[in-house]
Amino acid sequence: MSSLLLTEDETMLRDAARGFLDEASPVSALRANRDAGRPHDPGLWREMAQMGWTGVLVPEAQGGSDMGHRAAGILSGEMGQTLAAAPFISTAVIAATALRQAAGDRLADIAGGAVTYALAVDEGPKHAPARSTMKAERAGNGFRLSGRKCFVADGGSADRLLVLARTAGTPGEDAGLTLFDIDAARAGLERHRRDTVDSRDHADIDFDGVQATGEDVVGEVDGGLSALARALDAGRAALSAELAGLSAGAFAMTTGYLKERKQFGRTIGSFQALQHRAAHLWSEIEVTASAIANAGRVLDEAPDAAELAVSVAKARATATAKLAVSEGVQMHGGIGMTDEFDMGFFMKRARVGAEWLGDYGFHAARVAAARGF
Amino acid sequence: MSQLSDDSGQSAAGIAEWITQNCPEKLRSQPARNRDICWGGKRWTFSSEEQRIWLENAAAAGLTAPRWPQAYGGAGLTREQEKGFREAMSRLNAPSPLESFGLWMLGPALLEFGTEEQKRHFLPQITRGEIRWCQGYSEPGAGSDLASVQTRAEDMGDHWLVNGSKIWTSYANHADWIFALVRTDRDAAKHLGISFMLIDMESEGVTTKPITLISGTSVFCETFFDNVKVPKSYGENIPAQVGQINRGWDVAKHLLTHEREMIGGGGSGAAGGILGGRSLGEFMGNLAPEVLDEPVIRAQAMELEIDSLAMGMTLERYKDMAKQGGVGNASAMLKYMGTELNKRRYELLMSATGSEGTDWDGAHGVLAPEWLRTKANSIEGGTSEVMLDILSKRVLELPSK
Repeated sequence: MSSLLLTEDETMLRDAARGFLDEASPVSALRANRDAGRPHDPGLWREMAQMGWTGVLVPEAQGGSDMGHRAAGILSGEMGQTLAAAPFISTAVIAATALRQAAGDRLADIAGGAVTYALAVDEGPKHAPARSTMKAERAGNGFRLSGRKCFVADGGSADRLLVLARTAGTPGEDAGLTLFDIDAARAGLERHRRDTVDSRDHADIDFDGVQATGEDVVGEVDGGLSALARALDAGRAALSAELAGLSAGAFAMTTGYLKERKQFGRTIGSFQALQHRAAHLWSEIEVTASAIANAGRVLDEAPDAAELAVSVAKARATATAKLAVSEGVQMHGGIGMTDEFDMGFFMKRARVGAEWLGDYGFHAARVAAARGF
Repeated sequence: MSQLSDDSGQSAAGIAEWITQNCPEKLRSQPARNRDICWGGKRWTFSSEEQRIWLENAAAAGLTAPRWPQAYGGAGLTREQEKGFREAMSRLNAPSPLESFGLWMLGPALLEFGTEEQKRHFLPQITRGEIRWCQGYSEPGAGSDLASVQTRAEDMGDHWLVNGSKIWTSYANHADWIFALVRTDRDAAKHLGISFMLIDMESEGVTTKPITLISGTSVFCETFFDNVKVPKSYGENIPAQVGQINRGWDVAKHLLTHEREMIGGGGSGAAGGILGGRSLGEFMGNLAPEVLDEPVIRAQAMELEIDSLAMGMTLERYKDMAKQGGVGNASAMLKYMGTELNKRRYELLMSATGSEGTDWDGAHGVLAPEWLRTKANSIEGGTSEVMLDILSKRVLELPSK
């Protein structure tokens, strides 16, 4: 396996992404979006498409840059640093990975930035794809989809949806689920915006007899979870990278404050109690960074064995982000609690990211299964 | 004796074949115990004839120090080849042929700072397990504040006259030689008057006294130097000191970085300890089934496994970083995180084994002493608090006032 250190190309990609996002999407942009009631800025997405980010996992033949999961993680991590809001993970990572197996010209649309996707799997507040109950009944040559999907990230604005619905079996079973790729404007489909703490685009989506054809099926009928497995893990790895970037962003803000804020006649960063907590937090961030790099590497080089690596990354990223934001607020003191200050944005996004695509417990259980207990 | 570094010996099959032929079957078929760790040295008594044969074979092939140059008794393997060798050892359940502070600490310091003649003189003795070394750093009352060295070496023309004492000198009572920090200039600044000196423990005036620990063992000693005469050289271009006189702190720092990475990496327990080569899950799987049904133990085990796996990836990443030019003070993170993790691991193992774990001779044998031993992990080689100081001041550059 290749080294966990960044290659020269990867370093260039990171630096370019950092330069761009600092300029085009600093945390103040998230604040502006929120205040304007806009979950993300379509202009930013277009620029990401021009830079090839939307095609990071799309083959070159379909107009992508095909840089791989490590590169996707690097981009996602940089977006986490500035809390840049974009349907990157839903579209460029999850949908691109899922559709790659199915081929088709939609990949070109993703690479070109013409289409955004959302992944509609969960039906409750906890991530549990196999527990899907949503029905896809056979009707003529096609299917009719009925039911409700919850907390669909980027679901309010996405052009298309990847929907997991039950064609057979009972809730809890892996088999019997089918993955559909359908236009979000299709009749019978109704979206309800969710007002989540991270000020981003989340929606519940009702399906009332929405029609789908055999051509809308991704992978095999009844084999939707296996068609989706790699895409889910790709999304989890990218989300982990985002949370790791978020941790680093919150940490940078915190150490900056420790170096400048004075109390009791001294810079607060000179107090050993705070120094040790900062050093501990930095250590956790370093260890998590390794798990993130490893998840991207394994997805690129041994995707069939990625489950363990991805779950270690997601669990670590979730725990580290939680620590980074709570220490961030605590070390800032009262100012950290104000809306005027940015730390709260980090805390709120960390919480949403902790739940999406599986929380700590979900991934700990996957690690336990993979490690024999 | 085939040399593993021959082209034919570098393939996975070749390495496995070499181990199968050279490491006696008996050593590979029995569970590893503390007494199976071979430390070597003049006074070493082998626990079995097989242990002697294995050390001899491995040393002849340079495989007690796989990556050291062949000229110094190593096998000259690349990092990749060494990894393959270690993996094959683990797969074939072959114990490490030799463990020593010479291999882990002095050797790397000599390779970096020694004269050519020093390397040729001392390194092969280390790889063959002929000389057992101990480390004389800490002093009574100094703890992790290593630079406050009081033991002094006075320049007497043809020799140094050494007076003082050291504490926590691991295995000093079994060691043949000591590498010690001594003050050679009392007027210089704290870090600038220290030399890194190699001293024969058989010299007149050197005495040791074991310190019994909470684990019932006495790995650590106090070591006393009472008017010890140390020759200025052990041969042409083989000075008693490593590096320059009064610049021993550079050597010590380099070595400490190395030590921190090693302790952080799970330490010297090459024989494997209670977990052996097993994963936590495998170990737990061999206990009463209800252990893993207990929600708190299960949750702790899962967390620990996640953190251990992530730590393993971090060690890998930092090794590559070291290869590319340096980890520097960030190695304090490896030491801090690795040792705290190890303590957690042993707390969990104690919980998982229940009362059995508290019996010196319980069904899990070595668990209790190992558990007690881990409590030193975050003290030795600089306490966790010192590591956090290094990180906050030197890596994060937080202000001093």
